[in-house]
Amino acid sequence: MADYSWPEADRRAQIGARPARLDGPVKSTGFAKYPSDQNPDGLLAAKILTCPHAHARIVGIDTSAAEAMPGVRVVHVIQGEGSEIQWAGDEVAAVAAVTEDLARDALRAIRVDYEVLPHFVTEEDRDGAPGARPAGERAEGDPDAAFATAHRAVERTLGMPQMAHMCLEPHGQVCSWDGDELEVHASTQAVSTLAGQFATELGLPASQVRIRTEYMGGGFGSKFSPDRWGIVGAELARKAGAPVKLFLERDQEVTVAGSRPSAFARIRAAADERGKLVAWDSDSWGSGGLPGTGQTPLPYVFSRLPNRRTRHTSVPTNLAGSRAWRAPNHPQACFLTMAVLDDLADELGLDPIDFLERNLDLTGRPDTYREQLAIAAEMASWKERWQPRGREREGALQRGLGVSVHTWGGRGHSSNCDVTVHPDGAVEARIGSQDIGTGTRTIVAQVLAETFGLELHQVRVSLGDNVYPQSGPSGGSSTVGGVTASTRRAAQDALREVLVHVAPRLEAEPEQLVAGGGRVFVDGDSSRGMSWREAAAQIGGAPISVQGRNPGPGRLISSGVGGVQIAEVEVDVDTGVVHVERMIAVQDCGLIINRRLAESQVYGGLIMGVGYALYEEWIPDPVSGRLLNADMEFYKLAGLVDVGSLEVHMMTGPGYDERGVIGLGEPPVISPGAAISNAVANAIGVRVPYLPLTPDRVLDALAGRGEPA
Amino acid sequence: MKGRRVTDDAKRSGFSRRSFLRGGAAGALSGGLTTGLLTGETASAAAATDPEATETLGPGPVEIELEVNGATRRLAVEPRVTLLDGLRDRLDVTGPKRVCDRGTCGACTVLEDGRPIYACSRLMIESAGRSITTVEGLGSPDAMHDVQQAFVDHDAQQCGYCTPGFVVATAALLTRNAAPSEPEIEAGLGGNFCRCGTYKGIRAVVAGGKGGGVSGG
Repeated sequence: MADYSWPEADRRAQIGARPARLDGPVKSTGFAKYPSDQNPDGLLAAKILTCPHAHARIVGIDTSAAEAMPGVRVVHVIQGEGSEIQWAGDEVAAVAAVTEDLARDALRAIRVDYEVLPHFVTEEDRDGAPGARPAGERAEGDPDAAFATAHRAVERTLGMPQMAHMCLEPHGQVCSWDGDELEVHASTQAVSTLAGQFATELGLPASQVRIRTEYMGGGFGSKFSPDRWGIVGAELARKAGAPVKLFLERDQEVTVAGSRPSAFARIRAAADERGKLVAWDSDSWGSGGLPGTGQTPLPYVFSRLPNRRTRHTSVPTNLAGSRAWRAPNHPQACFLTMAVLDDLADELGLDPIDFLERNLDLTGRPDTYREQLAIAAEMASWKERWQPRGREREGALQRGLGVSVHTWGGRGHSSNCDVTVHPDGAVEARIGSQDIGTGTRTIVAQVLAETFGLELHQVRVSLGDNVYPQSGPSGGSSTVGGVTASTRRAAQDALREVLVHVAPRLEAEPEQLVAGGGRVFVDGDSSRGMSWREAAAQIGGAPISVQGRNPGPGRLISSGVGGVQIAEVEVDVDTGVVHVERMIAVQDCGLIINRRLAESQVYGGLIMGVGYALYEEWIPDPVSGRLLNADMEFYKLAGLVDVGSLEVHMMTGPGYDERGVIGLGEPPVISPGAAISNAVANAIGVRVPYLPLTPDRVLDALAGRGEPA
Repeated sequence: MKGRRVTDDAKRSGFSRRSFLRGGAAGALSGGLTTGLLTGETASAAAATDPEATETLGPGPVEIELEVNGATRRLAVEPRVTLLDGLRDRLDVTGPKRVCDRGTCGACTVLEDGRPIYACSRLMIESAGRSITTVEGLGSPDAMHDVQQAFVDHDAQQCGYCTPGFVVATAALLTRNAAPSEPEIEAGLGGNFCRCGTYKGIRAVVAGGKGGGVSGG
């Protein structure tokens, strides 16, 4: 069997280098056309009317006035008389008109009569939740006995609310029909799987649906399906006989197009005299809107903790269903666990890094964490600068340090890639993947260039279209492993075919030949070689085209990573304002294809983490059931000014590279909430039990009013 | 929006009462359209407005002229159409992005007569007679503005949807002040948001300070 592998470290020209992302120039000049930028001839604009009530029944709907308005082409009822609406913002009707403003006018002319029903949106109030239901209970060992004999124990009630994905490009698409063939320019993370979902809903063969996503403006786990607005957009376009653009308004985007489930828990944890964890008892609950939530994986990372009991309650609310948010469940589990362990370390009088180190045998990768904790502590000057809680500095500004550890899988998904070598030397890859901003286009090009010994500008990558070979949705940090493995296999096979043609000319065996520096030559004797262009000419008149697949033979990818983060904060105890001064991330992700893009992923995770640690939350109004902050003024993202110094250390080289490629999108966003919360506790001497760490919560904690219900 | 009074004098604002009245005729409306979003139907609606109401503009389309990325563009828009929507939907200038649509996120930042503004918070008729520069007007992929090149070099973009606004805001900041202090950076770029988390790269762009050469045209 042919060998599929990555080149040895001293033979890598592209892998591990720092080339700039290939689509940087089109993006930074505004020339990149996103799905929302598509303006085909005859385009109609569509808008969706949503329900203002969190729970209601539609008793009547009258669209006649809207239909009679000039410029209105189609009025489409999504949920008609008798429908029960379960969350504010649910879609009721849609209009396609010649301009967006006219479509909005028409929405206002639609009359809907509702019977308003009782609703529940205050997820933190488990006892008051009408639909709360047990969602799993597990026990191991004898927690009651272990707590009874433990040296020290803490009990905390902690929580973090639901938050929004807040993709800058809203969910939506442009749909165009040509006869019974549908083309969709979709803002999606799933080019190859979307066609089948559209086809099923619309009653078409999937072969008649084309999906195109050259660029897209952010997904973070929320853009895997056509959604109702996708199907409605296609229906409107079919009825109107014209292309239809339908993208959500910002309030709709925040309300219905993606949220991360909440997580609350009452947790007890205990340790013995040596600082070893001996018992855990958690009673958690949370909501992901109407579907509730599943079990939060507690205790996080320290999953081999003996004597543990975990219970979970799912709390359905009258809010739109949650979606996968970058590293599903992990940021919540990480915060709940690391905050309690940090408080227990304080109770024990131990430095939290020392405490974590004493318990690394309870994790899945003690050696990795030990090495990473040492590096992170060194970067933070932890030994010199960390002080126990309660050592106040003079004045209102208090400083603190906090630490957290996290884990993720990140195995490459199913992927197919066609690589073609043309007789003129042109090399191209076609892959039904998508570049969601992580740099997929660039890393596929690097793998091609590495394999054929070419420069990046000499290879071409086509993606973002379902006419190319199937490649998995971009989620769960699965893309980099999937696409690099399928591309590498195809490229190695294609190169071997080329070498078979070249070998007789060089009076060598194909196995003796290598490609590098724009040439093909005998390994160890570069004088016996020819240019790549000349080599490619040997294949004859027809191009060589090979498909590579993942999974497949050879050790190109694996999974399972660890990471450590340290936060340093400054807290104004008079105002409750927290500022993140510094974040340090030490991260493992196996073999890195592009150092610059890998670092960007980690910086991005840290920054998003500062956002959810300090600012981001859905705020549902208990009275109306609507979100009070379905906008960008009161749903706050971290801005440039809110992010302090960021330092990233990637674990690479021997011991890491041999593991192959592992995904990186999720891991760095897991720890910031925990690390920042722990830093705040270190600074002010008490735990602020809720994220985000808003000034009111900080002041409440300082005043001893911290714990939620 | 109905009956909104416009007090700018005709010369400066680039439209006149007479051209507005001409603009009320259906035939005059199709010339400036590139995307087919507006058709004769709305033109008829405009023609039906009261011819006595010459002190007001709209609610039907109004004919205006403005300069976009160095080219003179003439079109008819309803007064309620924002500069952002007019650029994107009527002129197919899609570099500026619509994200918050209410003056918070900065993704729609463009230069008006050289000054950065949120295009979502300006009516297009207010920009009549003025010069608009979008991110596409600063440079092209083959001939990037220094700031655009720096965004590539420092990987100050991921999904890229906030990038056009950030590039324009950064270029404007560095044109005013090639070496801004920390508070000046915060004032200059605090009105733009990124979701992927590219601020580290953006700070590096500003620290590079290559902002020269932004013209108002």
